[in-house]
Amino acid sequence: MELFINQVLAGISTGAIYACMALAVVMIYQAIDHLNFAQGEMAMFSTFIAWQMMQWGVPYWWAFILTIIVSFLGGILIERLLFKPLAKAPVLTNVAGFIALFAIINSVAGLIWDFTIKQFPSPFGSSPFLGSQLISTHQAGMIGVTVVLLIALFLFFRFTRVGLAMRAAATVPESARLVGINTSWMIALGWGMASAIGAIAGILVAPVVFLEPNMMGGVLIYGFAAAVLGGLSSPLGAVIGGFLVGIFENLAGTYIPGVGNELKLPIALALIITVLVVKPNGLMGHTVVKRV
Amino acid sequence: MSTVQETFATTKSPSTELPAGKSNALGRNLSLLILLVMLVVPLFVRNFVIFQITMVLIYGIAVLALNILTGGSGQFSLGQSAFYALGAYTSGILMEHLGVNYALTLPVAGMVCFAAGFLFGFPALRLSGIYLALATFALAVAMPQLLKLGIFEHWTGGVQGLVVTKPDAPFDLPISQDAWLYYFTLAVTLVIYITSIFLLKSRSGRAMMAIRDNEIAASAMGVDVSLYKTLAFGISAGITGIAGGLGAIAVQFVAPDSYTIQLAIALFLGMVVGGVGWLPGSFAGAAFIVFVPNLAEEISKGLSGAFFGVLLLVVIYLVPHGAKQVATFAESLIDKLRKT
Amino acid sequence: MTALLDIKDLRSYYGQVQALHGIEFHLKEGSMTALLGTNGAGKTTTIRAICNMVRSTGTIQFEGKPLMGKSTESIVRLGIAHVPQGRGTFTTLTVEENLQLGAITRKDTKVIASDIEKMYSYFPKLKERHTQQAGTLSGGEQQMLAVARALMLRPRLMLLDEPSFGLAPLIVRDLFGIIGKINREDKVSILVVEQNAQLALEIADQAYVIETGRIVMSGSASDIVNNEDIQKSYLGH
Ligand SMILES: Nc1ncnc2c1ncn2[C@@H]1O[C@H](COP(=O)(O)OP(=O)(O)O)[C@@H](O)[C@H]1O
Ligand SMILES: [Mg+2]
Repeated sequence: MELFINQVLAGISTGAIYACMALAVVMIYQAIDHLNFAQGEMAMFSTFIAWQMMQWGVPYWWAFILTIIVSFLGGILIERLLFKPLAKAPVLTNVAGFIALFAIINSVAGLIWDFTIKQFPSPFGSSPFLGSQLISTHQAGMIGVTVVLLIALFLFFRFTRVGLAMRAAATVPESARLVGINTSWMIALGWGMASAIGAIAGILVAPVVFLEPNMMGGVLIYGFAAAVLGGLSSPLGAVIGGFLVGIFENLAGTYIPGVGNELKLPIALALIITVLVVKPNGLMGHTVVKRV
Repeated sequence: MSTVQETFATTKSPSTELPAGKSNALGRNLSLLILLVMLVVPLFVRNFVIFQITMVLIYGIAVLALNILTGGSGQFSLGQSAFYALGAYTSGILMEHLGVNYALTLPVAGMVCFAAGFLFGFPALRLSGIYLALATFALAVAMPQLLKLGIFEHWTGGVQGLVVTKPDAPFDLPISQDAWLYYFTLAVTLVIYITSIFLLKSRSGRAMMAIRDNEIAASAMGVDVSLYKTLAFGISAGITGIAGGLGAIAVQFVAPDSYTIQLAIALFLGMVVGGVGWLPGSFAGAAFIVFVPNLAEEISKGLSGAFFGVLLLVVIYLVPHGAKQVATFAESLIDKLRKT
Repeated sequence: MTALLDIKDLRSYYGQVQALHGIEFHLKEGSMTALLGTNGAGKTTTIRAICNMVRSTGTIQFEGKPLMGKSTESIVRLGIAHVPQGRGTFTTLTVEENLQLGAITRKDTKVIASDIEKMYSYFPKLKERHTQQAGTLSGGEQQMLAVARALMLRPRLMLLDEPSFGLAPLIVRDLFGIIGKINREDKVSILVVEQNAQLALEIADQAYVIETGRIVMSGSASDIVNNEDIQKSYLGH
């Protein structure tokens, strides 16, 4: 029993990483209706920007804030330059565009900062949290930041006009235009926000997985899985999904014989798919009652 | 009812749109011309280039298989590398452990993968769009790990993989192994290509496309949606398996890490570049995924990924519908020239 | 006096197919104009063209300013509210959020709440359901919501595409009563598209009849009602 509880705790702490990434995934999904495969790479690049600033002597929190701003603008820029021209192209062509972006960012980051692993600092330290060996203060801090972010997003979408406009543009773009919303800019804004949230995820993850151009590959996959499990349309669902995926992964690694690190991912994915077969809209997804 | 929805139903079908009137095959004269070029090409190029063209054909078959699934039935898969791997290992094991003739391993690889794909198609029935992408993705990620498992090691060679013997030309034909393999692959490709075109034109093919365009309408018309969707998965996996078997013979090596998610992504890109749903485009797309990474590598070693990405972006900006769009454009140009 | 809306030589296309072949009509400030025609005549296309939602050529002027080439959202911001065919409900949002969205471009945020109350007084059903997901409303309620959403813009001109479609006759009476009231009291000019010519001609002052993409008749509503051809083909006499 104690082993079980410990593994759940460990799962929650890795889950916080996935939850944070899943928030970014949901953000972009809301804006553009598909998953951005380059999102992890964008987050990685943001994290390198933060790292570079700290190398230049910028204090942690300043670097944190500046990186978020730069990432927000960068996300908007990427949308305006690369994806707005593809707005009328087929969906699968857009997906190919994400893959292209992935390749470009990964390769450029490798050239600028090379592929050696770099230490990344944590503002929360890494001592045991409340005396537990399983959760460090960094991981507790990460959970805290994720929750704060979730609340901030909730308030933004629920109580601001821009948030409402973004939701409207995401659900029925044509009607959104008919009430005067510039849907094209809402998409750009969604990219900016997703990029900023991705930057936060990257900065929080980096002390755990270390900084290098390929650091986000696995994290993004779990982030996708978490977001899909949560229902893709719900930030709360994404965070819950993130923690569940973390827990699944740890329990599978502990209790299913023969599951090494290698098979954890497929098993976690298989479990998620099983859930989806039963509940195709995810745990917290909209089930819209439609009448015609 | 439908009039209420008409203005708001997006005209895009989820995954694919063929430009109106674009048929799924090239004209007969053009096909024969291309075939002729393909037949004489080995006489004029180096062995390594022959090998590369062989790989284009093999990946072309795999992209075509994905096209049948996505363009034909509207389902999407990021898991094609898993079926490719299964086919490659089936051929490899049959040849190396059981001494089966290489040509005979291909139908077996096809059937094994057909069965696997058909079975996978059942749970996939419940999923669509992004969910199906995730499920097939899981398959692609799991496959290399499964192939490494200790219990199969005797057959699969574990992490090391298997070395596959390269076949000689039969009847003492005076051509190199590479050239022979090329002609052999070309023959297999032709058979699969022609069969696929007939398949999509047949009743079953039309049923699949009806499902792609509108699942509810298709089932109202009496199409057995579940059957055809799983069948499409099976057929697509089967053809991918044959490509995998051919790939094993051509590369002379099978190992788990040759068949990662990257292969599935490459096949997907091949489909987009060739034009989703347009079978002849599969080979144009395959050429892209074989040659463009090399080209990017030549432009700059350090930034090859970036150059690959940029080249890919250039292609999708210029022709968002891929080679299909180029062909449509060329056709209308020729029509115009004829008229004047 | 120039017309509020002035359309000349409007031609619209869906891909290669031409749906409108040179439409011309005017809408006077404060008027309620009906656009009549059978299914497929081009009514929806005409009002979609006004909001630049279909590829078109010709001139469209609103208060003397050209609309051609402006984006849909900037046309709406000029004070043209469009209630689309099919209602365009934001199904996953609440009724109240749908109403707020109608006013999303307005700067006078202080009075939006009181405008929402006004909509609730027009359509009490919406008040009862204001926290409900809009997709759960009945067809008639969604149509009311669509009209209310459009009014939240405080429009100068309202374009209504078949507001009676699929509604029970009693509900239609109610709705048209309110539309008439909005036109008279709130001074909103209205262009209403209808297949139900009888109904439209009762409340409209002007009417145009459109057939296969061309205006074939125009005049005051009373002239049109009394026209023999119209009586035969549209009013079923
Ligand atoms: N999205 C579309 N694509 C192609 N043709 C269309 C489309 N919408 C309407 N049409 C055609 O344009 C013509 C006018 O349609 P519409 O304006 O919707 O008619 P109405 O609203 O009067 O019933 C019809 O012939 C219709 O078939
Ligand atoms: Mg209409």
